Amino acid sequence: MILSGHDLTIGYTDRVVGTHIDVSVATGSVLALLGPNGGGKTTLLKTLLGLIPPKAGEVRLDGQTLSARSIRERARAIAYVPQTHIATFAFPVESVVLMGRTAHGTMFSRPGTRDRAVAAAALQRLGIDHLATRPYTMISGGERQLVLLARALAQEPAFIVLDEPTASLDFGNQGKVMAEIRALAAAGLGVLFTTHDPNHALRIADRALLLRDGQRIGEGAVRDVLTRPELERLYGAPVEEIYDKHKTAFLPGAVTLPPRAIPD
Amino acid sequence: MTRSALPGFLIATGVLLLGVVVAFSVGRYPVSMIDLLRSLLGKLTGEPSGLAPAIETVIWQIRGPRVLAAVVVGAALAIAGTAFQGLFRNPLVSPDILGASSGAALGAVFGIFLSLGVFAIQALAFVGGLIAVGAVYAVGSAVRSRDPILVLVLTGVVIGSLLGAGVGLLKYLADPYNQLPAMTFWLLGSLAAAHAADLVPVIAPVAAGALVLFVLRWRMNAMSLPDEEARALGIATGPLRVAIVAAATLTTSASVAVAGIVGWVGLVVPHLARALVGPDFARLIPASTILGAGYLLLIDTLARTIAPVEVPLGILTAVIGTPFFIWLLARVQKTWS
Repeated sequence: MILSGHDLTIGYTDRVVGTHIDVSVATGSVLALLGPNGGGKTTLLKTLLGLIPPKAGEVRLDGQTLSARSIRERARAIAYVPQTHIATFAFPVESVVLMGRTAHGTMFSRPGTRDRAVAAAALQRLGIDHLATRPYTMISGGERQLVLLARALAQEPAFIVLDEPTASLDFGNQGKVMAEIRALAAAGLGVLFTTHDPNHALRIADRALLLRDGQRIGEGAVRDVLTRPELERLYGAPVEEIYDKHKTAFLPGAVTLPPRAIPD
Repeated sequence: MTRSALPGFLIATGVLLLGVVVAFSVGRYPVSMIDLLRSLLGKLTGEPSGLAPAIETVIWQIRGPRVLAAVVVGAALAIAGTAFQGLFRNPLVSPDILGASSGAALGAVFGIFLSLGVFAIQALAFVGGLIAVGAVYAVGSAVRSRDPILVLVLTGVVIGSLLGAGVGLLKYLADPYNQLPAMTFWLLGSLAAAHAADLVPVIAPVAAGALVLFVLRWRMNAMSLPDEEARALGIATGPLRVAIVAAATLTTSASVAVAGIVGWVGLVVPHLARALVGPDFARLIPASTILGAGYLLLIDTLARTIAPVEVPLGILTAVIGTPFFIWLLARVQKTWS
């Protein structure tokens, strides 16, 4: 299955954020969305989710126009993991995950045993079943991100769209969430995520799309697109590249440390 | 979900039962528990209870309608407050946030100004509440914004203050000897005037609104998320929001029509209920309905017994509600930010 946008003009009622954007992600693969702040990443995500209509162009799911599907059908195909936030009410974690089953019931239906089983399985899959009865407001940021991911899994979607899943996480949790995202793709889901760190894209994405000032300025396999010149063009700032035999990593900026005595 | 909500529901039901017993027994004419049971048994079996007719009158003609009114109004305000707190994602919201009370107040004061009868005044209050919320909703929806909830709340504040000006004008123009005291009394809220006949037209809208909120309670958890998140979960938030606002407005306007402006109940009770059964709306909606009925019943009993003269209900609920609100504010800053 493929989720794609064709010649999209994206934005809000009073404002155009981006034009002529083509984007495509297939099930079983990971696409990373990179670009400076205000470049239109989140707007593009919301357009692909069907939360805001494209101002021109078309979003297609499995070859069909997305807007032709009902809001419930869309939620059963594409799940959204927003940036973590603190909920107003101290729902227990399992209730939060159970909300992912909303699209599988009708307006009035109560969650059934199958819904509870799916929610429990999602918690288990991410290794956070011990949090089930804890209030969502009382767990750490990393745990909260995993809970939102479990809620998305409970939707049993074909695609998961994540808005900066690693932002605001500590180093260890960043690694954990990235490993989970890769595992989702291995299990057959299509994943689309935004990030500020090209290294995160290099680590888990198959392809990357570079978005600057609402324009797509590059798209392709991460190895081809995430290069020093491309990144410097994307962010308009110097970038340093580090290699070893198998891997590449990027450091932001061009910083010259003052000479200092290196103990040896 | 595994934790049992049973103890919480038992406590809420206990409060309601206690409220009913206390409300029937205490007052200027005390009725013992035994007499209460005998009279009830008599009504059920159809046999004469052997009680003095005065006691029967106190139980069934004077206190009965008032108990029923307190139960209906308390339940209505509590369920509406619970729904609004979820919908507006704010635990400091009360059922009159969208102007239901100020609209109803203007309607009732207008009715008193025109020297209409009790039923007409109630009808005007009810219609006034509905029109006010309808206007707030229409204006709020016309303003395009990415945060429809915030726009609604602000519109509610603005329209509420306009309606307040209308109430002020009518009070200024009213006959200071006949009409003004009636208006003041009504604006303070009271169940003293509750008669059995007045309650019949009120119970239907309260029941209808409560039923809608009750069947939608499973969706309210997700409705308490930010709008886009709820839609990504598959909820058509627009129509559902209209349904919840309409249902909560129906119960609020109907209860204001019978009891006048009784503030704070819809703010305080959902919090007490949340402490009993947790924040999950599937349990919270029924729990706060039961607790709201018991709460207002106890306060109304206080209102008619603590002083030689009856204290207006709205004053007591405010005296209890204000410190509670301040405590809540302090607590919110500690745990919710």
